[in-house]
This record gives sequence, structure tokens and C-alpha cells, in this order.
Amino acid sequence: MQKETYTISVYSENNLGLLNRISTIFLKRHINIESLTVSNTEIEHVSRFIIVVNITEDQVKKIIGQIEKQIEVIKAYYHTNEESIYVQSALFKIKSHLLFDERQIQNIIKNSNAQIVTVSPEFFVIEKSGRKEEIEQLYSELLPFGIMQFVRSGRISVTKEEMKISEILKKQLN
Amino acid sequence: METITKSKELVSQEKTIQIAGSEAVVKCLLAEGVDLIYGYPGGAIMPVYDEFYKYQNELHHVLTRHEQGAVHAAQGFARVSGKVGVAIATSGPGATNLVTGLADAQIDSTPLVCITGQVGSHLLGSDAFQETDIISISTPVTKWNYQITKASEIPEVLSKAFYIAKSGRPGPVLIDITKDAQFGMMDFIYKKCTKIRSYTPVPQMELSKIEAAAELINKAKKPFVVFGQGVTLGQAEVELQAFVEKAQIPSASTLLGLSALATNHELNFGMVGMHGHYAPNVLTNECDVLIAVGMRFDDRVTGNLETYAKQAKIIHFEIDPAEVDKNVKTDVAVLGNVKDTLKELLPFINKNEHQKWVQKFKDLYQVEFKEVIDAQLNSNKDSVTMAEVIEALNKATKGDAILVPDVGQHQMITGRYANFNQKRSEVTSGGLGTMGFALPAAIGAKMGAPNREVVAIIGDGCVQMNIQELGTILQTKVPVKIIVLNNEFLGMVRQWQELFFDRRYASTEMINPDFVKIADGYGIRANRVTKREDLSGAIAEMIASKSSYFLEVNVEKEGNVFPMIPTGATVSDVRLK
Repeated sequence: MQKETYTISVYSENNLGLLNRISTIFLKRHINIESLTVSNTEIEHVSRFIIVVNITEDQVKKIIGQIEKQIEVIKAYYHTNEESIYVQSALFKIKSHLLFDERQIQNIIKNSNAQIVTVSPEFFVIEKSGRKEEIEQLYSELLPFGIMQFVRSGRISVTKEEMKISEILKKQLN
Repeated sequence: METITKSKELVSQEKTIQIAGSEAVVKCLLAEGVDLIYGYPGGAIMPVYDEFYKYQNELHHVLTRHEQGAVHAAQGFARVSGKVGVAIATSGPGATNLVTGLADAQIDSTPLVCITGQVGSHLLGSDAFQETDIISISTPVTKWNYQITKASEIPEVLSKAFYIAKSGRPGPVLIDITKDAQFGMMDFIYKKCTKIRSYTPVPQMELSKIEAAAELINKAKKPFVVFGQGVTLGQAEVELQAFVEKAQIPSASTLLGLSALATNHELNFGMVGMHGHYAPNVLTNECDVLIAVGMRFDDRVTGNLETYAKQAKIIHFEIDPAEVDKNVKTDVAVLGNVKDTLKELLPFINKNEHQKWVQKFKDLYQVEFKEVIDAQLNSNKDSVTMAEVIEALNKATKGDAILVPDVGQHQMITGRYANFNQKRSEVTSGGLGTMGFALPAAIGAKMGAPNREVVAIIGDGCVQMNIQELGTILQTKVPVKIIVLNNEFLGMVRQWQELFFDRRYASTEMINPDFVKIADGYGIRANRVTKREDLSGAIAEMIASKSSYFLEVNVEKEGNVFPMIPTGATVSDVRLK
């Protein structure tokens, strides 16, 4: 079976220790997590884990089964890239003098739809949100000028399909 | 705690009383109907032990000789009684000594609540004396775990713990309680947990799946049932028997499914798997519909998955959705408690006969009898075989005892040769294969089923792991019977070395102590059998004994367990020699 990138979304009670419990499910099967983001959701007390992995569909189905088994997990889903809308965010710290010495940098920033979030006498910081490839593109363009620091966030995504978590929660307590 | 639960009030809220967290722990246990608990005291759990002293008339604490003994005893208790087993230990090494038992209970779905003491919450993360991060350590081997740092959390967390341990597919829960939470004062109200909003213990049964399963079963010419511990855990023994009888389906059990259907039932053809019976293994690859009931297609059951029952339609009756399609792809998955789903299924099943098909099982049994069983039971060698011991035990107990085999050759021989007339009669470490399980588990089993005969069957290797629990027998006077099958080898490993490593017996031969003297030192009546003619008399004496009894039997040194499916081979390539 072909490996593919899947975005796993886990809705859970925001409980101490659950992150550990979920990550051991991947570790136990020797599966590398490419990115992981935990945040609040639109529902009070409910957290959402977004986990990106590159595995086969058979593997991701079994992983979902194991995740859903955890007591505090309300529901877990997996989606292909086509089925979700997703972005990542990145910050680039660059020496300030380059902005004036290397005029091309200004064009790169403009063309990549990146934003300058702060400027100081020593450095300036560019923020770029988008697909991983777009961020990588910007990275490769800035690299020749020297990048002082680079960081990229985990993927955040929403799905095209409806999740109906509130309905599930209501049903569970009745 | 953020988790939202629904609960039923047990104790009236009118007047709350201020008590210490440690007393609350005891009150929670009593509210859950616990009257027996296994454990070992130590610094971080002393406040709770102080309460045990005060409540000793209501809550009986069994002091084992090692925390591993405590958790295995709790497992034995849970397995025979169907209740939640409870074990308690201190922080640090006390807690880590529970881990093997937790892993065992997790893989064998045993309902347990384990309580550990923890250093004071202000010391957490400071590498304090006997501090260990038992929450992280136990996470992969528990169904749920939680660290309590405030006394006020105790009732809600413990009621959740019991609910989670026993509901749905059961499993172990570990609750770690910091010392300050044990000392802290709180208003005690106990509400029994009945629901957790993020947790669905039993999936919704679907009638369409029942009908689809029934259609396949009714059309089948060569149906075959493999049942596992799910039948025992779901208390579905009667439903299973009614189902196989109505459609006359030949059946076989996994190691942990043993005794869910009586051994002498005409449709029970024994055990599947690596050292299972010949007919059910061979015919797994010939049946046209394989009906798996409450089992999880362990690799020791299936052999090579690429060639496992590929010709058959697979129906899986299962409570845990994560088990469906995990190892074997199913055609129809019927989710739910097998007691409910089998009951629902029965009216859809046509009465049937599969005489020719059943005859095949009988014919292959004859092959196995001639090639293996006869030689084992009627050996012409000087030394006693393990099978002869089990057969003598069958006669002495009439198949009514609870047997607690440890792990290895003696375990497989017990699974193959023992008679079980009654349900919940076989307690063994299946998934984890924990050597040293049997002695403490038998202690727990006897306490969980005091009116039944309980016999531990242990190898000379296994008995030396947790042999200290003879001290628990000495102190509690629990009348458990112990047979040690001594071949002076780690027999199963030696068998593999013989068959697959050209007889290079690396570290499998054992120079053993005088077991009879050791048992005698612990005040346990003990005897040794070296000759065949003394065997049945010695076993009869052991069974007749009203108190605990230790019987060592010197058995054939290099006996092998056959049939055998070598690792990676297909089930139908089961070897008879």
C-alpha cells in the first residue's frame, strides 16, 4: 500500500496526560509524527490535536482505532490533503542591513506574500503562512542572504466535511 | 478534572463529613464493594495504610511479598470473580514493580484498579526520595491513569477508575495519589460514575450486521467458531453454547477462551494456535466461514497472516472496534458485547447439521491422538510426562478445579490436556506471557473463588520468579495447591533451541534448589514425585488436603510440546513431531 500524507484530527477533553497517551500510540508502532499542534476548539473544554503523518491508509485506520479507544478522546478523523484546508506558519529572522544592502530581499518578501512583523536596528522578522512548499520556497530564496533563525509551526487545518462534535457530545450524555 | 461525567449519588449529600484523603480512599473502595485488596506498604502510601488499620474489619488487606505478587494476585482474583481486582503500592520502586502486572492486565483485558502513593505535590519533579514518574511509565500499559494532587479529587477519580476498569473491554487503571492529597482534608461525597461523555464502552449493536452474519452462517457448509476470553468477560458462555449447538458448528478456543465452553462438549475441538490441537489448526484453512467470538487474532493464534483462513469469509463478534481488521480483515464485523450480539443472533440462525464437516474434526483428532496424545498419556519412557500429570489431575478434580498455569511448556500442556467443566476455570498469562504469574495469581484466584479447588501448575523456571509469594500463603493460610513440573530446564526455550538453534542450549539448563525444603520452610505441606506409580496417589493426597499443598513432580527432561506451528508458518502446516 502507498504511503500518503494524512492529517489526523483528534477531538478530546483537554486532559493532562492525553498528549503523552496519544504520542505513545505512534511511538509504539515506530511511526514518525511530522507535525503536531494542540489547541482549543470552538467548544468549551474540548481540545483538538492536529497530527500530520506519512503512512499507509491501513496504518492510519488502525491508528485512529487506537486513538479513539483512549478514554478522553471524543472522536478522531483522518483526512488526505485534498480533503482539508491547511496551512503552516514560519518565522525568519534576518539581519536588518540586508534589507537595504540587498534590494532583492524586498521583492522576495513582496512576491511571497510574506509580512514583516518587526524591525529593529539589528534584525527584522518575516512571517509567512501557507503550504509547506511555499514556506520551503521562501526559505530557499532567503538562504543565500543568511538566515539568523528559522522556525516553522505544525500544521493547522480545518476540514471540508462537517465534524458534528457538539452533536456527539450531546448524544453521549443522554 | 475537566472530564465531564454523569454519576449516581451513593451517599446522601445532606451532611458531608470532613475526612482525610487517605480515609476517603478507603471509603471509596468500600463504596465500590471492595473487601479484599493486595498490596505492600511504604513511605508515600502510609496514610492510606493507617486507614487500613482502622478499617480492617471491613477491608481485608493481603500483604504480598513483592508488589508484582500483589498485582498478579489482584489479576487472579479478578479473572475468577469477574470483579475489579485492587492492588496498592508505594511510590518509586513500589509503583514500578506493578508495571509487569499492568502490562499483563492490559493485554489480557483484566479489570484492575491499582493505587500508588506519590511524593508530596510540592516535590514532584524534584527527584525526591522514591519519586518516579509512574504516570508516564504506566501510560502505554493502562486503560487509563491519573495523578491526584488534591484530596478533593479522590472520590470522583476513584469512581471513574472503577467504571473505566470494568466497563466495555476491561483493563487496568492506575491512580497515583500524592502524599499531601492523602493528608488533605475534604468533604466526602461518593457518587458512582455511570457515564463519561468522551467514552463509549460498548459500541452500538447493528441489526443489519447480525443479519448479514446469520446469512453467512446459515449458508455455510463448513463453518468454524473460534472463541476467546471475550466470551468469559462478557459472561456469554450460555449464549455461545446455544449458538454452536443450534447450528452444530465445530468450535475451538484460544488459550484465554479455555473453559468458556466445557472441554468435553461434543462440539469443542480444543485449542487453536501455536501449540493448539491439530484439527482446529488444520481446518482453519479449510472452513468456509470462520466465526471469531471475543478474540483478537493474536499472532500465536494465526501463524502467518498471509495464509490464515484466506478461503473463508470472516465474521468477527467483538466489543473493541480497534480490534476489527487489526490483524485479519473481516467480511462482517458485529460490534457489541458478545452476550448481547449472540443472543440477538440466535433467532436468525437456522438449525443445522454439519455431520461430514464435524467428522473431519473427529478424524483429525484421531490422527493427533495416534501421533501425539497417546504417547504423551501412555508413555513407555521411565520419566513422567507433563501430560500424565495433567491427566492425573483431571481424574482427581473431575475437571472441576480452577487451574492456573504459568508460562511455557507446562502452560501449553495444561491448555491441551486439562478438562474444564465449569466456566472461569483457567487463569493464565496469555498475551504477555509473564513467567512468575501463576503463584500469586493462584492466591488471588483462591480468594476470589474460595469454594473451588485452585491448582497452580508451574515450571521450575517460573516458580523461581515470585517464589517469595509462598510467604503470602504462609501468612494468609490460603489453601491453594501448587504443582511444580520440574524438568530442570527452561523447557519452552530449550525446545526452540533444540528445533531451531541446533540444540545449542544457551542458559536454559537449571540447577535447582530443593523445592520441597523451600515449601517446608514456608510451612506448606510438600511432597515430591519421581516415579509414575506414585503420581496419582500424590495428586489425590494433594487434592484431599484442606490446607495449601506443594507437589513437585520430576518430569521428562527434554520433552517437547507438539503439535507445533513454527513461527512464520501457516496454521495448516502444524507439525505433529
